[in-house]
Amino acid sequence: MTSAIILVLAVFAASAVEAVEALTIVVAAGVSRGWRSAFEGVAVALVVLAVIVGAVGVPLVHLVPISVLRVVIGGLLLVLGLGWLRKAILRASGHKALHDEDAIYARTVGELRADATPAGPRRRDAVGFAVAFKGVFLEGMEVVLIVISLGSSDHRLGLAAIGAGAAVVIVAGVGALVARQLSEVPENTLKMGVGIMLVSFGTFWTGEGAGVHWPGSDLAILVLVAFFALVAFVGSVALKRLVPTSVGAGEPAGRSLA
Amino acid sequence: MIRRGFVAFGRFWWDFLIGDTPELFVGALVVIGVAFALRHERAAAVVTVPLLIVLVLGLSTYRGRLRRSESTGH
Repeated sequence: MTSAIILVLAVFAASAVEAVEALTIVVAAGVSRGWRSAFEGVAVALVVLAVIVGAVGVPLVHLVPISVLRVVIGGLLLVLGLGWLRKAILRASGHKALHDEDAIYARTVGELRADATPAGPRRRDAVGFAVAFKGVFLEGMEVVLIVISLGSSDHRLGLAAIGAGAAVVIVAGVGALVARQLSEVPENTLKMGVGIMLVSFGTFWTGEGAGVHWPGSDLAILVLVAFFALVAFVGSVALKRLVPTSVGAGEPAGRSLA
Repeated sequence: MIRRGFVAFGRFWWDFLIGDTPELFVGALVVIGVAFALRHERAAAVVTVPLLIVLVLGLSTYRGRLRRSESTGH
């Protein structure tokens, strides 16, 4: 029960973060290239992602031995979670620029408007479709990985998918209501929380898969969450106090996975 | 078309697993190895595995901070 609640929270928070990033790109595509193509791009990307969950996740659960699945997935969660946590600590300590959805929105709109191909609100537009598809697909792939990883290692694929779906629906609904006030979302805090949960699950499943039985069984996940939260907090404070900041550097221009 | 798909798929996994933080991938492999090595020593495993993960996180975070400083001449 405990692990189910943490699983849903982890999937929900991770999906919400990715959904905010995807929404920025979709709104930029819709505003600058027309909504019809943007929505079509979103719909096709969601269908492709759902097919991937069904085609990869379901066979994984039924065909691969659970101990192998837990080690592989534990390792994947560690790589993914440590990546998120590392960036969140660097951002919280001022060593990396915060993720700015408004800046990303402005840049994407600028690039799309600079494209000479004509587009209108009611016409099909290949550029708008491609940008919206790519945004939703790339951000969604990370959600799919988390859903499959957390869901299949605990035989709760359906529950994980519901958590992810709920996050996407809520972010899309809120996004439609507040008209892209996406910079208000405390993204770095969410990312740090998600990173802590992914690392905790990764540690737990890696150990279980290797044959290490954690004291208290599922309750050990809560202890690991508290432990890694403390580590992240201490790490951020220590890095901020002991090492001079270099935020002026900003982020590399390329897309990052977190 | 199929070739491009495979290349894109491979690139996605390369970026996902290794990207600009290969130490996290190597660190995760080491953690898995240590977990297997200590599977019969429960007390040692439940202490060593989380601490090893903290060490990997600390090294990677410090490396990220150093790289950013070097790129700006700090």
